[in-house]
Amino acid sequence: MPSLSHYLVLAAILFAIGIVGIFLNRRNLIVLLMAIELMLLAVNTNFVAFSHYLGDINGQVFVFFILTVAAAESAIGLAILVILFRNLATIDVDDLDRLKG
Amino acid sequence: MEPKTAIFYVLSAILVAASLRVITAKNPVHAVLFLVLGFFSAGGLWLTLQAEFLAIVLVVVYVGAVMVLFLFVVMMLHIDVERLREGFWSNLPVAIGVGLLMVFEMALVLTGRYFGADALPEPAAAAAGYSNTKEIGRVLFSDYVYPFELASVVLLVAIVAAVALTKRPGKDKKEQNVRKQTAVRSDERLRIVAMPSEKE
Repeated sequence: MPSLSHYLVLAAILFAIGIVGIFLNRRNLIVLLMAIELMLLAVNTNFVAFSHYLGDINGQVFVFFILTVAAAESAIGLAILVILFRNLATIDVDDLDRLKG
Repeated sequence: MEPKTAIFYVLSAILVAASLRVITAKNPVHAVLFLVLGFFSAGGLWLTLQAEFLAIVLVVVYVGAVMVLFLFVVMMLHIDVERLREGFWSNLPVAIGVGLLMVFEMALVLTGRYFGADALPEPAAAAAGYSNTKEIGRVLFSDYVYPFELASVVLLVAIVAAVALTKRPGKDKKEQNVRKQTAVRSDERLRIVAMPSEKE
């Protein structure tokens, strides 16, 4: 039987992969969004594992809300990405310096 | 090895491998497809944790809707991948160092005796007729009914924001020019027309 530690370490590995993805693809906005999705998945896995092992259903309700907010976040993020590409013809993070004084 | 343990290791291996390919794939389309694979495996893992409702939601809503949205956007944009991957190799040593350090720290805490995660026993099997979906619904519509309504507002805001952001300026767009409105002078509003007075 996999124990709680197994799931928590798996979630930690996933979260670290998300961080590494942000380091590696610092310029690519789409992969940045996908790395954020990976980190959210790690957090959700933690919630589900704790909910199962503590016998508390509330953790799964939290995952439900996190999924809702993450869906809204990626929808708005992709909308911003599309207008960014329409205006600048690039999604390179280094080109987004219009707010620089 | 028990079947459940074997399933856990197989799904975890697929999940980690797919995640690694997400962040290293050259083609963003491949990255999204690997992310779909990763989410699918995570759904299987959640099934082993007896979170059936959330596993199905993850596959149907996340893989079915959000990832397809990603795929659409990635395919719509024409991206110069080579330029975006500048700095990939120079950041690699630091990234791997930080990542390994994070995993090491977490493993140190989580697998040690101090945290006591292994002390939590495997919970007893649910009674016959137990429904995970029914249980979540009961909690969601009683204790969490107010956050539930707020979540619907968040989704509504997301819909309006996505539509408003991506709308192109055109003849269908009705907008106010606030600068013009506030800078208006009285003689611009009132037009005096010179015309001969009519005789009765």
